[in-house]
Amino acid sequence: MLLTFSNGVHPQEFKGWTHEKAIERLPFFEDYVIPLSQHIGAPAKSLVRKGQKVSRGELIAEPTAYLSVAYHSPVDGFVTAIELAEHPGGKMVPSIKIKADRFSAQRMSKKTINWKSLSSKEFSQQLQQSGMVGLGGAAFPSHVKFAVPDDKKCDYLIINGCECEPFLTADHRVMAEYPEEVMKGIEILHHFLKPKKTYIGIEANKADAINKLTQAAKQYPALSVEIVTLEVKYPQGAEKMLISAILKKEVPSGTIPLDGGYLVSNVGTVAAVAEYFESAKPLIERIVTISGSNIKRPANLLVPIGTSLKQVLEACGGFKSSASGESTRILLGGPMMGMAQKSLDVPIVKGTSGILALSPAEVRNFDTYKCIRCGRCLDACPMFLNPSTLGLLAKKGMYEEMLEENLLDCMECASCSYVCPSGIPLVQSFRVAKAINRERKVA
Amino acid sequence: MKKELTLSTSPFLHDSASTKWIMFQVIYALLPVIAAATFFFGLSALLLIAVSVMACLITERMFTKTRQQEASSLKDGSAVITGILLALTLPPGFPLWMAFIGGVAAIGMGKMIWGGLGQNIFNPALLGRAFLQSAFPTAITTWSVPDGRYFGLRGTNLALPFFQGESLDAVTTATPLALMKFQQEGTEWLSLLVGNTSGSLGETSAALLMLAGVYLGIRRVFDWRIPLSIILTVFLLSGVFYLINPERFPSPDFMLLSGGLLLGAVFMATDPVTSPYTSKGIWYFGFGIGFLVVLIRLFGGLPEGVMYAVLLMNSVTPLLNKFTRRRVYGHLKNG
Ligand code: SF4
Ligand code: SF4
Repeated sequence: MLLTFSNGVHPQEFKGWTHEKAIERLPFFEDYVIPLSQHIGAPAKSLVRKGQKVSRGELIAEPTAYLSVAYHSPVDGFVTAIELAEHPGGKMVPSIKIKADRFSAQRMSKKTINWKSLSSKEFSQQLQQSGMVGLGGAAFPSHVKFAVPDDKKCDYLIINGCECEPFLTADHRVMAEYPEEVMKGIEILHHFLKPKKTYIGIEANKADAINKLTQAAKQYPALSVEIVTLEVKYPQGAEKMLISAILKKEVPSGTIPLDGGYLVSNVGTVAAVAEYFESAKPLIERIVTISGSNIKRPANLLVPIGTSLKQVLEACGGFKSSASGESTRILLGGPMMGMAQKSLDVPIVKGTSGILALSPAEVRNFDTYKCIRCGRCLDACPMFLNPSTLGLLAKKGMYEEMLEENLLDCMECASCSYVCPSGIPLVQSFRVAKAINRERKVA
Repeated sequence: MKKELTLSTSPFLHDSASTKWIMFQVIYALLPVIAAATFFFGLSALLLIAVSVMACLITERMFTKTRQQEASSLKDGSAVITGILLALTLPPGFPLWMAFIGGVAAIGMGKMIWGGLGQNIFNPALLGRAFLQSAFPTAITTWSVPDGRYFGLRGTNLALPFFQGESLDAVTTATPLALMKFQQEGTEWLSLLVGNTSGSLGETSAALLMLAGVYLGIRRVFDWRIPLSIILTVFLLSGVFYLINPERFPSPDFMLLSGGLLLGAVFMATDPVTSPYTSKGIWYFGFGIGFLVVLIRLFGGLPEGVMYAVLLMNSVTPLLNKFTRRRVYGHLKNG
């Protein structure tokens, strides 16, 4: 029996297009846009002027608060503008625009950082300077995540290699191609966090990754790393679900995992941390899955942060010709929690795990019916909420009553909307309800 | 590259089951049952079903019109199911005009006055049937023998309102359950399984009903725990009585195969709208129906208990949902 959590859903995986495709480096293009708030927290402050020459990996914006990270130039080139530009989240945010130097080979000198000599505080400062954030999608600053306050302890370090969103294979490729980097990153984190035990949770559909990591882990007998094979089920990669699956423990409502001694980190982030300490290369590129039925050549690409979606999609052959005349749907992230884009000019940001181009046929449009009380949403919800009741309340605009139905425990995984046969926009209305309640609280 | 992108929010994938698909699966599962009814009761069966379905569709349409709702409520197929199910609970010789009234009552009183699909407390088909039972108590308990006359109408079918035509073709008989209850006379196990006994249109072929149930369970159209818990409860409970006094009480297999039990367990109790949706609530609901069926059949004044058992449990469904709420993840207590 594979380990897993209760409830959840089994969407079709669609990973076959890319899960065996080795990571390729995307060539350098001319234009880059670096929004200064790609992370959760205060925006960074630009350190450069228009016209200034910058080199690849050079610091171009500094953190303005503890919950804020640094930004670096992805290329050798010069700054063309510092102005508002569209962010994939839909807002206009201050951004640094850089034109690449066409004659540069875009090489970076390497140097290792002696992490063993660092104190925990220095380690955290280094991470903040490296611009590191969680690469799984949330983009929470890593230096905050990996700084355990004095009153807390990290007993269990859990490395998240589930990648439970359909289509996405970026983490899968990292584990299959760079298992040593992953283990190196664990060694570094282990040094500073001193967990009793470290787990790597991987869904059973990634057998090659499990084998490679098992081999690599043998080189580090002192770390007590256990690789746990998990059932393929969505949202297996959610922090709380991963903790439920591996440790059979819940995270009490209103607390964070670290309160219970758990720290969960995405596997791609761990590999990126290792890369930074081995080569001093800050977070200026990331691995992105480009997939979907409307993409000519699906791939896993190493993409400089700031490259526009359009350029990445063109490098993958663009849309299939059959798509002309039909509208296509472009998503950043997976189909369950990702965000639809209306413009292809937005850049790849630190939190972009995938670009999907779906045909209208894939994005099934359902007639909506009234709730038939079938209970499918109750059986799907990993938080054991009652999405049917929440949905009826939302429809009536009873947002405050929704709080009594534990609206705030909803993690917006979208399993309920996925199963609802009546096509009711459940999670969509819960997001709205949360936003309205937040505003009312402030007002 | 195409510029026109469609915008909306996640999720962008959806499970393949839609409400319409669910309803049509139920209709498909009912087709063999309709075929069997026609085989045993001839044209009468088809006419009754047609009239009942028509009455349901017309009523649904009238209500949606007066309420200015989207006409889409006809598309979902639920009114067709109600019509078929209502007809399946009627005796073959039932007057057509009464069946029509039953259909109107089922949709009108059973569903639309509650606010339409998803809002009603009681299963509409059973409510329609209960209405007919109180309005026309004689007609609804007049059972004819399956006689293989495909085109011969049961004379009473064409009875006109207010002319009691029951004497026209009075080859009537008692149902196996009534025989059991009032004359302590058992019916052959095999006849029950095949359906070659008297009874309402749909309660005759136990084998077909079980197959339909298995199909719907496997395709995850309905919650298999509901029929399972009903059948288990009836079997075990009546088994206990049978062991105590086999002279007085019917055997458990007879209890399962006779009367509308399987029809009720597979098609009525599983109505998602009127059954609970919490895991525990579903089990309690099934146990409750099974318990009530046995109680009514063995100790009540009626040979047939399924209808009342399901309706009674329908009425406590909102309570069951409320009191069997699952503890929310990360919370210590319920609520
Ligand atoms: S209610 Fe929230 S947590 Fe539950 S399934 Fe829906 S989106 Fe996920
Ligand atoms: S899945 Fe949809 S139709 Fe079924 S109970 Fe939930 S909200 Fe209602």
